[in-house]
Amino acid sequence: MELADIAIKFGLIIIIFLISLVVAMYSTYAERKIAAFFQDRVGPNRAGPFGILQPLADGAKMFMKEEIIPTNATPFLFIVGPSLAILTACIGSAVIPWGQNLVIGGRTIPLQVTDINVGILYIFGVVSLGVYGVMIGGWASNNKYSLLGAIRAASQNISYEISMGLSIIALLMVTGTLSLGEIAQQQHGWHWNVLYQPVGFLLFMICAFAETNRTPFDLPECETELVGGYHTEYSSMKLGFYLFAEYINMFISSAVMATLYWGGYNYPGMDWVTAHTGPAIGPLIGTAVFFAKIFLFIFFFMWVRWTIPRFRYDQLMDLGWKVLIPLAIANIVVTGIVITFFS
Amino acid sequence: MESLSNKKKQIVVKPLNFWERAYLPAIVQGLSITMSHFFRKPVTIQYPEQKREFSENYRGLHSLKRDENGAERCTACGLCALSCPAEAITMTAAERQKGEEHLYREEKYAAVYEINMLRCIFCGLCEEACPKEAIYLDGDIIPSDYLRKDFIYGKDKLVEPPLNQ
Repeated sequence: MELADIAIKFGLIIIIFLISLVVAMYSTYAERKIAAFFQDRVGPNRAGPFGILQPLADGAKMFMKEEIIPTNATPFLFIVGPSLAILTACIGSAVIPWGQNLVIGGRTIPLQVTDINVGILYIFGVVSLGVYGVMIGGWASNNKYSLLGAIRAASQNISYEISMGLSIIALLMVTGTLSLGEIAQQQHGWHWNVLYQPVGFLLFMICAFAETNRTPFDLPECETELVGGYHTEYSSMKLGFYLFAEYINMFISSAVMATLYWGGYNYPGMDWVTAHTGPAIGPLIGTAVFFAKIFLFIFFFMWVRWTIPRFRYDQLMDLGWKVLIPLAIANIVVTGIVITFFS
Repeated sequence: MESLSNKKKQIVVKPLNFWERAYLPAIVQGLSITMSHFFRKPVTIQYPEQKREFSENYRGLHSLKRDENGAERCTACGLCALSCPAEAITMTAAERQKGEEHLYREEKYAAVYEINMLRCIFCGLCEEACPKEAIYLDGDIIPSDYLRKDFIYGKDKLVEPPLNQ
């Protein structure tokens, strides 16, 4: 690898990092605006035109607030918790293919930080690490509400990871590869995986809601029973990290859903567009399409949040173990039968 | 037993059928309801710039009235302070001097008249109690402020502006 390649990779990493931070930042704004629209309100509109500077104001507020570490908390773990949460949220984006290879001045630039051949496993690893941030934070707070919230988060994530994994296995039987880059390539044009795996997509999406702790599965931060849940004791930017991690997770899981099931950067008629715009602009249009899909998913996350009430905890576990896992297994069996006999 | 009002309803708790247990149709229905609200006009009134129309008998900021010659009506009898359930009104009476007839209607007037707006509950009993028709709650909403002392409104804020100015 020559120096220019390394520089390009480094630039790409920084750009992706910045994009995920900015998207997460403006997701908070979007969440408040969208919630307002769903409730016939206006939403934040005082900071800048249409309240566009609201996230900056919120961020400044978070940084200025007093840092409180409770007397009985374990200081080291108390700080490790939110750091781990945001770290795991950020590293998930490394394997996502953001677009086709860009060709500028004879140099091919892949729009993916690294195309490891076990990309999906990597995502799974990162996602399952994410629960440690919550767990450690809740434990270190030395507060029963935090601990209960953390336990809920852990058990919920573990239960839903199983059906998530099972729903992906059916997808892997169709695609035959674990690499996200190849999966995206296979869905060229309109051959999106959701057409072959609609049930799998539904299961994956439900599990993604649970993994990101979004409504209707946001029991870890269930206000009515647990005050703030695992981040009850947190203040200032450490709280900000937790909230931020949730939005980054939402962005990443939207990206994963779009890549695995909704064709990633592919769209019908992409060959024609690339042929007419050249190899430097065409892939970027694909990237724009990819981001449009991601934003649609983020919008859907928020849409669901402001529609559905929260599950009760036993209902959540019932749904995870008694409905989703059997459904995912049935999906694998049916997929296997179809692949064996019809292709 | 026979129902007298005919309003009695027998409630039947049926077990959920398959589609109800699957949640998804209900979720789709809910999503369509929220989406129909998404494009609706917001009901918000942007307060400092826009104002909701008040009813005619809205009780807002107090004003101390003047008579047709521009003299203050208040005679510092203290009935308003006495009637006030929140003890928000205090006053100091003074005697009218020679040459002040154009300023004060009666021989006695309120040299200091203060209403603590943090105590006031805007019940309107002061305007009911006033025998001189001197106080009315016909003003606006009390503006917000930072310090408690700034909510004690004296005569400078309460008395109506002079007639010909």
